[in-house]
Amino acid sequence: MPSWYIAAGIAGLTVMTVLTRGFFVISERELELPPWAMHGLRYAPIAALVAVISPEILLTDGALIATWQDARIYAVLVGTAYFWWRRGIFGMIVTGTAVLLALKIGLGW
Amino acid sequence: MVPPSLGMAAWALVTGVAMVKSGLSVWTATAMTVLVYAGSAQLAALPLIVAGAPLAVLLVAAFCVNLRFVIYGAHWRRYFGHLPRWHRLWLMYFAVDLNYVLFVRRFPEPRPQPEQLPYFWGGAVWNWASWQGASLLGIVIADRVPTQWGLGFAGVLALLGVTYSLLSDRKTWIAAGVAACAAVAAFSLPLKLNIVAAIAAGVAIGLLLDRSFPGAAPERA
Repeated sequence: MPSWYIAAGIAGLTVMTVLTRGFFVISERELELPPWAMHGLRYAPIAALVAVISPEILLTDGALIATWQDARIYAVLVGTAYFWWRRGIFGMIVTGTAVLLALKIGLGW
Repeated sequence: MVPPSLGMAAWALVTGVAMVKSGLSVWTATAMTVLVYAGSAQLAALPLIVAGAPLAVLLVAAFCVNLRFVIYGAHWRRYFGHLPRWHRLWLMYFAVDLNYVLFVRRFPEPRPQPEQLPYFWGGAVWNWASWQGASLLGIVIADRVPTQWGLGFAGVLALLGVTYSLLSDRKTWIAAGVAACAAVAAFSLPLKLNIVAAIAAGVAIGLLLDRSFPGAAPERA
């Protein structure tokens, strides 16, 4: 990771923060988005999140996980079970990470 | 205000840990948390930065993850639209999810009132301080934890939780499923374009479903 790349990435992400939070207040006039864009706003965040995390969860070096001895599988299963049981993101992170660490440190997965 | 901030502080801690465990130095991670100040966009950016994705792909992904703020902004404008532009933008930089939820609950009537600015800043400063404090703590802790523990994956779990909380009806489930398949199937595309392809596929199928089955209209906006 060259340092110019990281610096440019952080600067760009900062601009994205300002741009999205300020989107509707930048203009002096009232903005009207077309209806399809408002509809699209509903799906874009979930599509982006899934796009980023699904390869992180399902792939190893570009191929689907081919072994059962992968701590990520159990961390995700336990975290998911917790989320749908209690509807809590915080508890999900804690339980999932606990399973991850137990398997990584305990079994070296 | 205090209990929800605690939950957010835990989230900040995970973000701090994940940044360092993805390979950012302590100082770059600190710069990122202080400047970007958007946890889910930061977490989503990390795997892309590690893979050396082009900046454009990084920015598209961050923009989409941040789109909920655009929706909040349409609402914020009714309270702060009368202020000068730079003042508005300055306020909005600090307007994170929790501020928005609490502010709208405190002032359900969308029109300017004198006590809104002090209320806004009280929450914004408290949030900023607890977020940054916890995030810095995470950065320092992560620097002392061995990399083979794989703690960076806690950031992925956090984003997975946000994803689950966004699954409101069958259409969002389908859009998410399509995006997941596209991201994995197109993984070998160069320049991390699988991310862009997956976002496009997810949004396209969502719009298509909305048009074909207009039953459930988007509840927000």
